[in-house]
Amino acid sequence: MKEAAALLAKEKGSAFVLAGGTDLLVRLRTGFIEPDLLVDIKRIAATRSIQVTPGGFRIGAAVTGAELGEHAKLKKAWPGVVESANLIGSKQVQGRCTMVGNLCNASPAADSVPALVAAGAKVVIVGPKGKRTVPVEQVPVAPGRTSLKKGEIIESILLPKRLSRSGDAYLRFIPRTEMDIAVVGVAASVTLDAKGVCIDARVALGAVAPTVLLVPDAAKALIGTRMDDKALDALAAACSAACRPIDDKRGTREFRIKVAGVLARRAAQIARKRAGGR
Amino acid sequence: MSAIHVTTKINGDVVDYVCEADETLLDVLRNRLGLTGAKEGCSTGDCGACSVTIDGRLTCSCLVLGVEAEGCEIDTIEGMADGEALHPLQRKFLEHAALQCGICTPGILVAAKALLDTNPEPTETEVRFGLAGNLCRCTGYDKIVRAVMDAAQEMRRA
Amino acid sequence: MPLDSTPQDKRAFKVVGTRPLRPDGIDKVTGRAKFGADATAPGMLVGRILRSPHAHARIKKIDTAKAERLPGVKAIVTRADFPDHTNGDAALFDILYNIMAREKALYEGHAVAAVAAVDAHTAREALKLIKVDYEVLPHVTDVDEAMKPNAPVLHNTILTDGVEPKPRKPSNIVRRYEFGHGDVEAGFRRADIVVERTFKTEATHQGYIEPHACLANVGPDGQGELWVCTQGHFMVRDTCARLLGMDISKLRVTASEIGGGFGGKTTVFIEPVALALSRKANRPVKVVMSRDEVFKASGPTASTSIDVKIGVTKDGRITAADATLRYQGGAFAGSPVEFGAMSAFACYDLENVRAIGYDVVTNRPKQAAYRAPGAPMAAFAVESVIEELAHKVGMAGIDFRIKNAAHEGTKSSYGPTYGPIGLLPTLERAKQHPHFKAPLGPNQGRGMACGFWFNFGGQTCVSLNVNSDGTVALSVGTPDIGGSRASMCLMAAEELGIPYDKVRAIVADTSSLGYNDVTDGSRVTFATGMATIHAARDATRKLCARAAQIWGIPEEAVTWEKGHARPAGPNAGNFPPMSLAEVAAQAGATGGPIAGHYEYSADGAGVSFATHICDAEVDPETGATRIVRYTVLQDAGKAVHPSYVEGQFQGGAVQGIGWALNEEYIYGKDGRLQNAGFLDYRIPVCSDLPMIDTVILEIPNPGHPYGVRGVGETSIVPPLAAIANAVSAAAGVRLTSLPMSPPRILAALEQQNAKRIAAE
Repeated sequence: MKEAAALLAKEKGSAFVLAGGTDLLVRLRTGFIEPDLLVDIKRIAATRSIQVTPGGFRIGAAVTGAELGEHAKLKKAWPGVVESANLIGSKQVQGRCTMVGNLCNASPAADSVPALVAAGAKVVIVGPKGKRTVPVEQVPVAPGRTSLKKGEIIESILLPKRLSRSGDAYLRFIPRTEMDIAVVGVAASVTLDAKGVCIDARVALGAVAPTVLLVPDAAKALIGTRMDDKALDALAAACSAACRPIDDKRGTREFRIKVAGVLARRAAQIARKRAGGR
Repeated sequence: MSAIHVTTKINGDVVDYVCEADETLLDVLRNRLGLTGAKEGCSTGDCGACSVTIDGRLTCSCLVLGVEAEGCEIDTIEGMADGEALHPLQRKFLEHAALQCGICTPGILVAAKALLDTNPEPTETEVRFGLAGNLCRCTGYDKIVRAVMDAAQEMRRA
Repeated sequence: MPLDSTPQDKRAFKVVGTRPLRPDGIDKVTGRAKFGADATAPGMLVGRILRSPHAHARIKKIDTAKAERLPGVKAIVTRADFPDHTNGDAALFDILYNIMAREKALYEGHAVAAVAAVDAHTAREALKLIKVDYEVLPHVTDVDEAMKPNAPVLHNTILTDGVEPKPRKPSNIVRRYEFGHGDVEAGFRRADIVVERTFKTEATHQGYIEPHACLANVGPDGQGELWVCTQGHFMVRDTCARLLGMDISKLRVTASEIGGGFGGKTTVFIEPVALALSRKANRPVKVVMSRDEVFKASGPTASTSIDVKIGVTKDGRITAADATLRYQGGAFAGSPVEFGAMSAFACYDLENVRAIGYDVVTNRPKQAAYRAPGAPMAAFAVESVIEELAHKVGMAGIDFRIKNAAHEGTKSSYGPTYGPIGLLPTLERAKQHPHFKAPLGPNQGRGMACGFWFNFGGQTCVSLNVNSDGTVALSVGTPDIGGSRASMCLMAAEELGIPYDKVRAIVADTSSLGYNDVTDGSRVTFATGMATIHAARDATRKLCARAAQIWGIPEEAVTWEKGHARPAGPNAGNFPPMSLAEVAAQAGATGGPIAGHYEYSADGAGVSFATHICDAEVDPETGATRIVRYTVLQDAGKAVHPSYVEGQFQGGAVQGIGWALNEEYIYGKDGRLQNAGFLDYRIPVCSDLPMIDTVILEIPNPGHPYGVRGVGETSIVPPLAAIANAVSAAAGVRLTSLPMSPPRILAALEQQNAKRIAAE
């Protein structure tokens, strides 16, 4: 991994990391990028495994969507994260695409990023100056731009250990049933106490702002409640209020604001159910 | 750019080729190896016409570089029939008239085989989502779904 | 001219109507079938086209010097390489202008120059080295905007035809059409209820999965060959030869297997460019469009703006129907508004009817045919109003339609009086269909609509050769786009009385057969099929003559029956019947090869009608629509190969579903297309759909020996309205703009809620 980072750091022209390539090759093919150097990290063993660690899970940068879906333990602990990654593209794309690629592409509409943010995931970055670990939400800074410095590569994603009575979910809106980019994406992660009261929550939105948004007000709407209709209404309102969307070919501002609230409510209900709530 | 030497196995046979670093596997298959069964419908991974499997995983060959295939086993539509005997999916596609123009057919057959390899008894919904990455503009998918379900049933009996 | 005035509707068919495997099947399931991009030639170059980034711009200068110096570049062509050979043929000049921009680039994606180079990389680099000096001009892409007096004008030569007095000032309105009969104003005065609505539909693309592709090879002697995916290789040959000043006889065009067309491959785009590059380089040149180019620079269909006004009496009889249709067909004349206006009210028996159409140009790619060109948008508008009227008079939509349906003897809205037609049978069958009575779930609604298409005949030529072993080689000239070789084999086998698998059909190249019109207008099973039947009859006459010669009896004393030559009666002599194989085996000794031929301009295509039933479920919180059940009922005249007839019904319906819900050309303010790819131009995927049920009705067409009508196009006409009506039933809002995308439906729902709250 260090060698790969060194190669990237040394290159004077444009250099890119290749893992799944499902975004990179499209940009290459359409002439959008003309790299002088491509570094394929798939053959580095560390990038290919999902490890259960005392702290939770360590997911290598080149682990594909399909592999995430086949990992029973991960799926049980973080079903929302896995379902978000499994929504990226077709079965064909699933065999190649990675969450790290999804993150580094820095699209505000990336499916797996809201789920990772809601999960409180961190990334391990390897670079010329050694390793550093940062929360996922600090990686994308603008559409198509990340906070990674020259020569830095994300080596893995760290998902925390799952507390009991916890659940997460990701829902997105697309016009078709498959193959689309999210018009709105919402991820919710909740933890309940024995009585079914929400004691912790994180809610993140995709495709409604230049980067994926973590919405503290949405979490506040849930914490301390039994996630009843009133709390869900407040959640929906908080999510809609947090949106700073644009009108584009995929949807209007109004649509995104309204549907963010609708999906937040639905995602929270699924997360609650997964946490063992009624 | 200098060409890179690659050794792979394609449809069970060892194949060596050289390709440019930025050349896709689809281009290699079609332009260098004469395997034109995989089609280029979009070159962005949105249509599935170029579907192949790499080490058993269904993939759009337009989203893979030729150089990435080093040491891999690739299966394409050309390797689907066993000598004279068509694969049950191929036969059922003909019996059900599951193709009109036929341009999407190789990709759909490869994807359907990958689906049945992991899920021999798919529901209609599973077939529909399993093939969602393969666009067909002629058939409306009805006869395709029926052919896949029928082939799955026959393969289970066999 | 109908060749057989008595349709053989009571005829018992032996092979026609069965479902054998298609002859090209194995090739297509094994990856061996050769499509447009699958051909190669020794020394082949790669051709690439430079396209305008601007929607409307004057091309002041094109400098190719730098590109020419790039090693590996073998030829570059620009407008200078396409002198005008069109001799005042305005339609041909438009094609010339479309395949390579002349003084102006008229849309984003308009070809400006082309390069042939040793490889794709070099060709791409060369395009970057071509310097084009543009003067960007104001543009217009919306049909209503383009009709305004102050709109940017594309061509200063367009002076609207069909209006009196003819304008002297150029505009974007090419022509006004008018169809109808009776007195519409008087009809509206008699109406108890009148509904008037305005509709808009966005442009859609045929969305064939195979991009345009061809391989051209022209020598310095002017002789050339072209391999191309097209719906009509004779059209390609004639058009290219005329554009390039070549002799038609010197250009041989072979149709590859074709990966979908739906009307989009009925003209030329890259073919003349590839030929020009090849001629200049003296090397074979392959040109394949990218998907981006297909969206930007082939021929999508029109976007439209339509007003419909219909009046009815209280008891549900239509008294008058009026429509004004405005279609933009891109940068050149020829939007399908004429067909739109003709077909708009074709389903109804009307005393007073009028349809006015305006053909408009805008800064978009020149439209090409798309399955029943012009009709789906008109049917969307009309059938939406019909449904609304039915509800207003308190009738079920189906009963209202049955009451007003066109039938045999109705004077159609576009002129002719109908013969036997299948509209009422489809409606009556729909009413009895289980789908019609099935219960609906929450947020679900049921809609229906009817549709019509003319179907066409056209120039056709077929050759049928009897081989010495009794098998038959059939050569047709209409590319097989969805199983037509199987249908031709079925009809030849039926007529000759031999098994289906003894006939092998091929699509012959342009040097091997007489001229054939394009595979379009749902004409092939009808026209090529009828030619095949007559070529087979020509062959059986000759087979009888040979048998007569062998038996030493007069020709007229031999008939062809059940695959055998037989003495016509007891007086003719007592000879055992001779099979086709037995007669064929002696061909050499009895006068040489035996073949049947037929060439004609087919007439008598029977119009066809369909009724569609659709159940839609609308999510009231997001506006997402899911089609949960769909049934197509259509008159096929006679289904030659029922599986492929069903396939046409299903495919058309699903293209209609895409058009209704998600497909659209989205232009930015800069006049550039924003969704030129399958990611954001959303054609239906497998998981979007239910099974598409089909019911084939067979009301024979008197114009065909077996009663065949075209089936390919009618199926895309009803879905837009059927889905709009289902959405209206499910969600309580009527959408008058297509596509009915979730943001549009949600906005309509919110508006309705706001109104309701305001009213409370």
